[in-house]
Amino acid sequence: MLWLLFFLMTAIHAELCQPGAANAFKVRLSIRTALGNKAYAWDTSEEYLFKAMVAFSMRKVPNREATEISHVLLCNVTQRVSFWFVVTDPSKNHTLPAVEVQTAIRMNKNRINGAFFLNDQTLEFLKIPSTLAPPMDPSVPIWIIIFGVIFCIVIVAITLLILSGIWQRRRKNKEPSEVDDAEDKCENMNTIENGIPCDPLDMKGGHINDAFMTEDERLTPL
Amino acid sequence: MEKTRPLWSNPLQFVFACISYAVGLGNVWRFPYLCQMYGGGSFLVPYIIMLIVEGMPLLYLELAVGQRMRQGSIGAWRTISPYLSGVGIASVVVSFFLSMYYNVINAWAFWYLFHSFQDPLPWSVCPLNGNHTGYDEECEKASSTQYFWYRKTLNISPSLQENGGVQWEPALCLLLAWLVVYLCILRGTESTGKVVYFTASLPYCVLIIYLIRGLTLHGATNGLMYMFTPKMEQLANPKAWVNAATQIFFSLGLGFGSLIAFASYNEPSNNCQKHAIIVSLINSFTSIFASIVTFSIYGFKATFNYENCLKKVSLLLTNTFDLEDGFLTASNLEQVKGYLASAYPSKYSEVFPHIKNCSLESELDTAVQGTGLAFIVYTEAIKNMEVSQLWSVLYFFMLLMLGIGSMLGNTAAILTPLTDSKIISSHLPKEAISVETGFHHVGQAGLELLTSGLVCLVNCAIGMVFTMEAGNYWFDIFNDYAATLSLLLIVLVETIAVCYVYGLRRFESDLKAMTGRAVSWYWKVMWAGVSPLLIVSLFVFYLSDYILTGTLKYQAWDASQGQLVTKDYPAYALAVIGLLVASSTMCIPLVALGTFVLHHLKRGDAAPVA
Repeated sequence: MLWLLFFLMTAIHAELCQPGAANAFKVRLSIRTALGNKAYAWDTSEEYLFKAMVAFSMRKVPNREATEISHVLLCNVTQRVSFWFVVTDPSKNHTLPAVEVQTAIRMNKNRINGAFFLNDQTLEFLKIPSTLAPPMDPSVPIWIIIFGVIFCIVIVAITLLILSGIWQRRRKNKEPSEVDDAEDKCENMNTIENGIPCDPLDMKGGHINDAFMTEDERLTPL
Repeated sequence: MEKTRPLWSNPLQFVFACISYAVGLGNVWRFPYLCQMYGGGSFLVPYIIMLIVEGMPLLYLELAVGQRMRQGSIGAWRTISPYLSGVGIASVVVSFFLSMYYNVINAWAFWYLFHSFQDPLPWSVCPLNGNHTGYDEECEKASSTQYFWYRKTLNISPSLQENGGVQWEPALCLLLAWLVVYLCILRGTESTGKVVYFTASLPYCVLIIYLIRGLTLHGATNGLMYMFTPKMEQLANPKAWVNAATQIFFSLGLGFGSLIAFASYNEPSNNCQKHAIIVSLINSFTSIFASIVTFSIYGFKATFNYENCLKKVSLLLTNTFDLEDGFLTASNLEQVKGYLASAYPSKYSEVFPHIKNCSLESELDTAVQGTGLAFIVYTEAIKNMEVSQLWSVLYFFMLLMLGIGSMLGNTAAILTPLTDSKIISSHLPKEAISVETGFHHVGQAGLELLTSGLVCLVNCAIGMVFTMEAGNYWFDIFNDYAATLSLLLIVLVETIAVCYVYGLRRFESDLKAMTGRAVSWYWKVMWAGVSPLLIVSLFVFYLSDYILTGTLKYQAWDASQGQLVTKDYPAYALAVIGLLVASSTMCIPLVALGTFVLHHLKRGDAAPVA
């Protein structure tokens, strides 16, 4: 009698979980791609963990808090590693609607990924699109901050250069008048003392060489 | 009384200024493309021949003219012959067009530079679509780097006719670029002389760093071997020679008047022959150096894409046939494909159309030049490097240095003739100078400040056209047509003017008196014979090329397909192209004619008096 029941159960199980069955989802894992040398082997314990995670996800859905691990059925496990799974209701006669399973998995995808050390690319639920994490969007884009800094530096530099140019010209304005005063005194004194006319020294009629004028530091104020 | 001309503080500043001007973006993004297209290593043969036959003589000629005449382009050519001041005016017009659109490249470099301080780099990931289930459609069809360039940077419209409005982000960057240029030129040679130390040397530092990084990248040797393997049959292709000549010509920046302007600030005894040889050699060496870096980056990118392609094919087969994960590798892929084709023929034939044929050669063959190379291909390679933010910052900083160095030359070409003519026009009487010497200097310097500010402002305002949605198409128009034909004509007239109008013997004795060194026969032969012939043949080639191609076409970005499509220029764009070429080339005959007429009128007036 018990054997009969057992066969009946496996028969029903086989019916409920089949590739392409209603409310069944195909799962694909790429463990070696994700972990390389640290890849673990896929065995029945890992399958048990998977069933536990799916049951956990279903428990988060309202009205499905009574989902047990035994309600999750796996079948057609291949070497890839890929398999199909369905979630049945407590009576184990019907499978839960695909929409509910989909919502549950989507909400808890991160937890499921974490349990297996995988990510959205290496643990795929076909037909369940994963919600991609939106990129970080700071309130002020970073580039504007850097632009503002460089812009201010350039404006300040331009202003400084223009102002320092004006100050330099003003200093040059003052110097020739001082030089002329001293030369006048020299002129008067020399004509009186030595009788040597200072006319050749008169700077007013001479040529001014700009190559020397620009180098203020060398000119010592008289 | 003549105001003494400002001079470079030492000859090194002059050399650095010329290098900074000549070594520009073309060395980085045009030469590697030409090298790849026309036979790899064997392209160096026509390149070096053209350098010796065309580049060095013409460069020496321009520097000698500037140093001898000690004036900007307009004054220099007026001194050679009053009928030829149109050459100088044409140079200024071409420089004006160039500075209008060239600074937009610096604006883009600033944009990318500011965006390099993010993790991850914004051009390495596609943005998400509306409901966060996948990536943006345009980005999926193209690639993330192309999307960032065409959508985020340019926000390009599907065709030239759809103008769109001015985009504020590139407009801000353009404003900043012009402010930086103004900062570098506002004190004249004093400030320019110091800035060129940086703009000339820093790009080499970055290139060396990139060379070391590039050569150590995985797959770099693939690129280097593929590109540099000489394809000797290309030597027989006339296009290779024409392109080598064109590249040398434009890379040195001849005909814009910048070299004349720089040389006019030299001491008359400066050995400009030595400097001409040094500058042209350094320019060509930099091109070759930059292409080594570029090819190693190409190799890295091609190998990366090839391996990605193989991974995708392996994944497809693994998923379809439920093979064990990690079973398929690059080495056994072909074997397994054969086995699967025989074992599961129906399933295999289903999946076969989706299997791409991955080929390293086809990845390496994608030859790109211009802004596409700089902003798409390079960024694609950078995003796959470790510490990509650092490499990105370094790269765009180098692009900025190169671009600003060239802009300094361009603005010098416009400002030097303008301020020269103002010196002549504002020649104050002696008494006013002697009493108010200091005031005269303030007036002169203030005028220069205002002129450079005005030039920058006008160029910035017009440059806003290139920040519109269709701006990149107008940029391509300016880039392709504003300077090409006109420069050939200008340099041709320059050479003929110096050799035959001014007189080669007279010029030679001028140079000997000025520098104390005789001019060797080689230069004389080149100036009088070979170089003009070369330029004429280039000119004829280009004209025939334009005429034969018929209607001009351009590449437009199609957002729905995620790739470039070819379209015809509308009538008004063709009119603008015609105007660009005509406005500079017509200056020469028109001014000659005008001077001739004026001369006749004056002689007519003078005759009855005499």
